[in-house]
Amino acid sequence: MSVGTHETPPAGTEEYQPVFTGEMLERLQDVFSRYPTKQAALLPALWMVQQARGWISDRSMAEVAEVLGITPAYVKGVVTFYTMYHQHPVGRYFVQVCTTSPCNVCGAEAVARALLEATGAKELGATSPDGKWTVIEVECLGACGFATPLLVNDDFIESVTPDKVPELVRKYT
Amino acid sequence: MGYPHKPHPKETVVLSKHFGEADARSYKGWVKRGGYEMLKQALTMEPAKVIDVVKESGLRGRGGAGFPTGLKWSFMPKEKKKPHYLCVNADESEPGTFKDREIMRWTPHALLEGAAIAAHAIQAEVTYIYIRGEFTEPWTIMERALGEASAAGVFGGMKVHLHRGAGAYICGEETALMNSIEGKRGNPRIKPPFPAAAGVFGMPTTINNVETLAAVPHILKHGAAWYKGLSLASPKSTGTKLFSICGHVAKPGNYEVTMGFPLKDLLYDLAGGMRPGRTLKACIPGGSSVPILNREETESCLLDYEGVVEKGSMLGSGGVIVLDDTTDMVYQIMRLARFYAHESCAQCTQCREGTAWTTKILERILSGQGKTADLDLLLDLADNMTGKTICVLSDSCAAPVVSGIKKFRNEFEDYIAGRRKPVMVA
Repeated sequence: MSVGTHETPPAGTEEYQPVFTGEMLERLQDVFSRYPTKQAALLPALWMVQQARGWISDRSMAEVAEVLGITPAYVKGVVTFYTMYHQHPVGRYFVQVCTTSPCNVCGAEAVARALLEATGAKELGATSPDGKWTVIEVECLGACGFATPLLVNDDFIESVTPDKVPELVRKYT
Repeated sequence: MGYPHKPHPKETVVLSKHFGEADARSYKGWVKRGGYEMLKQALTMEPAKVIDVVKESGLRGRGGAGFPTGLKWSFMPKEKKKPHYLCVNADESEPGTFKDREIMRWTPHALLEGAAIAAHAIQAEVTYIYIRGEFTEPWTIMERALGEASAAGVFGGMKVHLHRGAGAYICGEETALMNSIEGKRGNPRIKPPFPAAAGVFGMPTTINNVETLAAVPHILKHGAAWYKGLSLASPKSTGTKLFSICGHVAKPGNYEVTMGFPLKDLLYDLAGGMRPGRTLKACIPGGSSVPILNREETESCLLDYEGVVEKGSMLGSGGVIVLDDTTDMVYQIMRLARFYAHESCAQCTQCREGTAWTTKILERILSGQGKTADLDLLLDLADNMTGKTICVLSDSCAAPVVSGIKKFRNEFEDYIAGRRKPVMVA
């Protein structure tokens, strides 16, 4: 099979819509004013891309590089360093569950298992067939006294136990 | 235990006095509680005088290293030739630690006021508050508070900005944090130069932890002598400290006590002791990066910088992880090693390879494939990981391994000898 030809254009080949135009560009200009270098706006700019598009594609990295006056390779080096930037699309609800020692001893792994079951994502890092849920284990969320904490997108939820998981998942879907 | 809750009679409530009062989060509510009075006063004082008061108080950094705060401030150039910066370390990510989160959630203006006083003392025109990416709620609250305080003009000509992290434990290391603000990978820098000479953007910079700065207005208000008087044991450890206690205790949460407070009382009185029917096995007293204490050491330990060192560990960030008799020490030490392996920035060989090898060997032991020589191998590795790298992440991985093997060797040997059922390691 040739890898060079496609009968139909694969997903994602439609024309790229730049993120930094209009109001988004104005917001970025405001970010620039906070730092003595343009490069310092890199983390905020990547957050803006992720908020706008859900993930950060190579094309987006190239756009950010262009706007900030740095190279795409440099941007990629930074994106890959930080675990919260998505380099691939994720489910509509992205769940980060802490399983580091303090939560681990309080049963965090069982919470993660319950989440995989209730969401249908089945495997850590995979997205459920309906495209709604991606569940990952993360290292320490900084809320160890409220085991087990997790994030559903930007919602920080404390004291989750396996029995509370089905209800939690129902609330979002 | 979350807030609001009534403080325990043995607590000394200074920083946490207004935790749980939703109204304290607003500018108006904070001013009603006497907020920003000390900033006003500080702005009328010579910067050097502010530094002197903080030096005299004995305040030490609450992020983990315990460096004297006033002394750190005094390292900044007296004569200003370049822009000065203040960085606030709100990247709280040390497993077991969740105190800065509560300060930002409940008393955001306490942090802003302390930061502004510090910025005045070190003559910084710009302050960056670096908040870890996962702290979505503290971010929202800090953003609102900053907007209100700026609109009220409390900062004068000084600028304060929030900067959001994006998931990297290592960015809590001071120079990694500065690189991250500059839009770089969060790799720690070789020191010297120290931040006071060349910090963020190559300019003189001071970096302080959230809790450290939140204490500053209280020191100005009540005086250095008052703060120094808050000390139950060593005169080198002064003031109050928020201790986060978690793991196998009845009432996990934050408790504020005077330096030198017995760990035993924190554990059994404030945090309600062990879960019913369980007994204490071990405790990691200062966040996951410090050596593990056994039961005897824990029950005789005083909570200040010197007291914990005397027991062979460190006060660190004040994150107390409590483990009961049901804990599989080998498994939990593997989880900690895995944490450091995941968070290594991978610059230094000893850390990049060492944290990964340590994890692998521990996984091997757990899966029943361990060899007797593995324990010596782990200790040898740990030796090569300690004191040999740019930052202390590698040392932090070695600490629980070395102390764990020393104090709970039989548990490792049980896996190796096949006396314990192997664990499936995911």
